[in-house]
Amino acid sequence: MSKSAISRRATAPGDNSLAAFDVARVRADFPILLQKVFGQPLVYFDSAASAQKPRQVIEAMSHAYETCYANVHRGVHRMSQLTTDAFEEGRAKVAHFLNAGSADEIVFTRNATEAFNLVATCFASAHMGPGDEVVISTLEHHANIVPWQMLRDRLGIVLRIVPIDDAGNFLLDDYEALLGPRTKLVAVTHVSNALGTVVPVKQVIARAHARNIPVLLDGCQAVPHMKVDVRALDADFYIFTGHKLYGPTGIGVLYGKSEMLNALPPYQGGGEMIASVTFEKTTFKEAPHRFEAGTPPIVEVIGLGAAIDYVLSLGQDAIAAHEHGLRTYAEARLARVPGLRIVGTAREKASIVSFAMDSAHPHDIGTIVDRAGVAVRTGHHCAQPLMQRLGIAATARASLALYNTREEVDVLAQALDSVHEIFG
Amino acid sequence: MLDDLRELYQEVILDHGRNPRNLRKPADANRHAHGHNPMCGDSVVVHATVDETGVIRDVAFEGKGCAISVASASLMTEVLKGKSQAEAKALFTRFHNMCTKDGEPGAGDDADLERLSVLSGVREFPMRVKCATLAWHTLNAALAGNDDVTTE
Repeated sequence: MSKSAISRRATAPGDNSLAAFDVARVRADFPILLQKVFGQPLVYFDSAASAQKPRQVIEAMSHAYETCYANVHRGVHRMSQLTTDAFEEGRAKVAHFLNAGSADEIVFTRNATEAFNLVATCFASAHMGPGDEVVISTLEHHANIVPWQMLRDRLGIVLRIVPIDDAGNFLLDDYEALLGPRTKLVAVTHVSNALGTVVPVKQVIARAHARNIPVLLDGCQAVPHMKVDVRALDADFYIFTGHKLYGPTGIGVLYGKSEMLNALPPYQGGGEMIASVTFEKTTFKEAPHRFEAGTPPIVEVIGLGAAIDYVLSLGQDAIAAHEHGLRTYAEARLARVPGLRIVGTAREKASIVSFAMDSAHPHDIGTIVDRAGVAVRTGHHCAQPLMQRLGIAATARASLALYNTREEVDVLAQALDSVHEIFG
Repeated sequence: MLDDLRELYQEVILDHGRNPRNLRKPADANRHAHGHNPMCGDSVVVHATVDETGVIRDVAFEGKGCAISVASASLMTEVLKGKSQAEAKALFTRFHNMCTKDGEPGAGDDADLERLSVLSGVREFPMRVKCATLAWHTLNAALAGNDDVTTE
């Protein structure tokens, strides 16, 4: 594939004014929202775990299977060519979505976790040895902790952990103090999945780059809620997953600057990723293909492209404004529930309301509100070190999405009143 | 909606959840195990004092968790004191069946199972069966000489 330059987008398609954001019309795009749970309308507040899918995504995938499907990058036949075009169009959409410099900077993986493992494995192989350091933060999801720990145990690298304050703010000066001559990579989240903290990633990157240290960002909880411009941020690597962005499961994205990606060795070996193979020697393709061994998730990429089209058609600013209003409302409304405490009150937050109650454990809260049709996540949110830092085992988490409403927040609040009623 | 929930969160459970019995570490305990539920992060440590004839002289626990797991651990410590290890295991099997299987016969004349039957409401809440059985799995591990167990 040629290196097609993606022009910086002037404006997102769609009307970005909040007035134009019609949540009733948006909800009509999500068939699952008609479902009932225990006889009650489904109130889905678990989109940070996995978002629901609009009809546009479901239909794009069905349409691909029904009209345009073969393996990609292989056949001379017409159907393979058409499918390859549709697949690569998905890559171009992702590049445009992140404002990447080129579609060749977009690597498809199975999920975000695989993308972290890819970077950890390949980056360490190319650039790291015993005693070298990786900086992560207290806010990280296990997917951005465990791969580095495995490297630590295998290779002897050292992990440095950026602290947070009690509100969940990322401490920028403490972070900077951790950067040293042995720091080879900074790998931090853009938005905390457990608390909703928005990390000041622009400053994180600027301070690392001042010391020539590259930065990887975990964007899983950011891209559904805000515009992300990897070139404006100057991120070296950026990871997100399709299923939290209203797309299908089975598709993750690794953005990497071309020079970063091409300095890494391949991840897995197989078909798709080779330039030539003899039994003596194999040469590898350039990125992204060198990282995409085997048949890729073809229809999932097409579905992800449709999800991106959908989000852009609503307008990312409009989505952000809707969700901001909803979160502000939810935090104020839930704070009125007796004995309820919001966990995570960082200066800047996105779409997550984590909370605990004096009278009931989060697990009990989850069971009780479930009977009112409300789906919340309860537990440690795959961020056990963060929970340890906060001195709690778990929280209940309502994650808000573009299809949620204030009326749904009221349903949750009423259900929490019955938690209080039962546990008193 | 509240009827099912009242069945699950009966007064006895709320009471044991709030004021767990035998929440301590006996000085003479000779069996210990740590159990945790990776799904919710709950963890419990069970301590037992088993005499040379195999009788559980004392049993207690430490830990935090949801109302169901704490109440279950608390009730377990109450019913197991004075039981042989074999009796404890047999009771766990019957309790586990009561929590998971529909149409399981009632407690009958088994006073201990009758006491534990306040937890049978978890049958309607499959995600919560692990909460109700965590302490029991942990006790089993302690008696078997394993010091770590998870419900996954």
